[in-house]
Amino acid sequence: MDLLPFFQWCYSTPIGEGIRNSTWLFPIIEAFHLLGLGLTAGAVLVVDLRLLGVGLRKQAPAQLWANTQPWLLGSVTLMFASGIPLFLSESIKCLYSFAFWVKMTSLLLVLLFTFTFLRRVTQMDPTSDRPLRARVTALISLVLWFGVAWGGRWIGFS
Amino acid sequence: MGTSFLPFFEQLSESTWSVALHESEIAYSLIESFHVWSLCLFFGLTVMFDLRLLGWIMPKVPVSEVIRRLQPWTILGFVLMVITGTLLVYAIPVRSYQNIFFRTKMLLMLLAGANILIFHSRVFPGVAKWDADAVPPKAARIAGAFSLVLWIGIVFSGRMIAYNWFDCDRQPQAAIINFLTSCVPSE
Repeated sequence: MDLLPFFQWCYSTPIGEGIRNSTWLFPIIEAFHLLGLGLTAGAVLVVDLRLLGVGLRKQAPAQLWANTQPWLLGSVTLMFASGIPLFLSESIKCLYSFAFWVKMTSLLLVLLFTFTFLRRVTQMDPTSDRPLRARVTALISLVLWFGVAWGGRWIGFS
Repeated sequence: MGTSFLPFFEQLSESTWSVALHESEIAYSLIESFHVWSLCLFFGLTVMFDLRLLGWIMPKVPVSEVIRRLQPWTILGFVLMVITGTLLVYAIPVRSYQNIFFRTKMLLMLLAGANILIFHSRVFPGVAKWDADAVPPKAARIAGAFSLVLWIGIVFSGRMIAYNWFDCDRQPQAAIINFLTSCVPSE
C-alpha cells in the first residue's frame, strides 16, 4: 500500500499550509497538545496506580474509572483536535519518521486496550479482586502510553 | 534586572559537562524526553488534585486521601522534573537565562510555590470539616483554581522556551523585550 499520495494530500490541505506559513500557530497548537497529554496522563494514572495497588487503594476501581472517564475522553479529544492539525502541517516528515509509527501503533493499541480489557478489569467485583490481573493490565496500559509519549516527543527530534 | 547573574551562567556554559551535553544530540533529546515523562506524572496528578479541590472530579473520595495517596507520586514527578530541567538549563545556560519564556516560567513557579504554601498553612489544616464534601469550600476551590491556571501557564511557557523569537542574538527587538531578557545588544 502506497501511503505517500495520501500523506501528500494531507500536507497540501489549507490547514497544513496555514500552519506552515505561520510563526505562532505550530508552537501554540503544540502547547495545547502537551497540556492534553498531561491531562490524559493524570486521568490514566489515577486508574492505573489504583490497579497497581499503589494509588487510591480504598476506592473501587469502577468508581475511579467512572470519575476519570469524562476527563480522559475530553483530554483525548483535545489531543486529536490539536494533533491532527500538527500532523497535517508536517505529514510527509511523519511518513518517514519511525517515532511517528511507534506513536500511532501504541495509540491505536492503548485506546483499544483501555476501552475493552482495562475497562472490564475496573468493573470486576472488588470482593473477587484479582490483583495480578489488575496489575498486569495497568502495566500494559502504562507501557503503551509511554510509547505514545515517547514517539510523540521524538517526532520533533527527527 | 539581575544582570549580575549573567557571569554565573556564562561560567556554567564554559564547563566541560555543559558543552558535552550541548553537543550530544542524543543525551539532550533523552533528557528532554524524561522531562516530558516526568511532566505526565507531576502535572497529570497535580491537575487531578486541583480538579478535586474544585469539586469537578472524584466527588466521593476524601480530599485528604487524594493528598495522602497521590502526593508521593507528585513529589517524585517534581523531583524528576527539577533534575531533568536543571540539566536542560545546564546544557544551554546563557540562552535559557536570557529567554523570556524561561523567565516567565520561573516567575510562575514561584507563584505556584507560594500558592502551595498558603494552601498547606491556611486551608488544608481545616480539612477535617470538609474532607468528604463533594465541593470543598471557597478557599480550597480558589487554591485549586490558582494551581491549575499557574501550572498550565508553566507548561505553556516551558514549551515555548524552545523558540527563539525573542532571543538576545536576534536583534532588533523591542526595548521592552531587551529589558525583560536583560539583553544588551552589541552594536
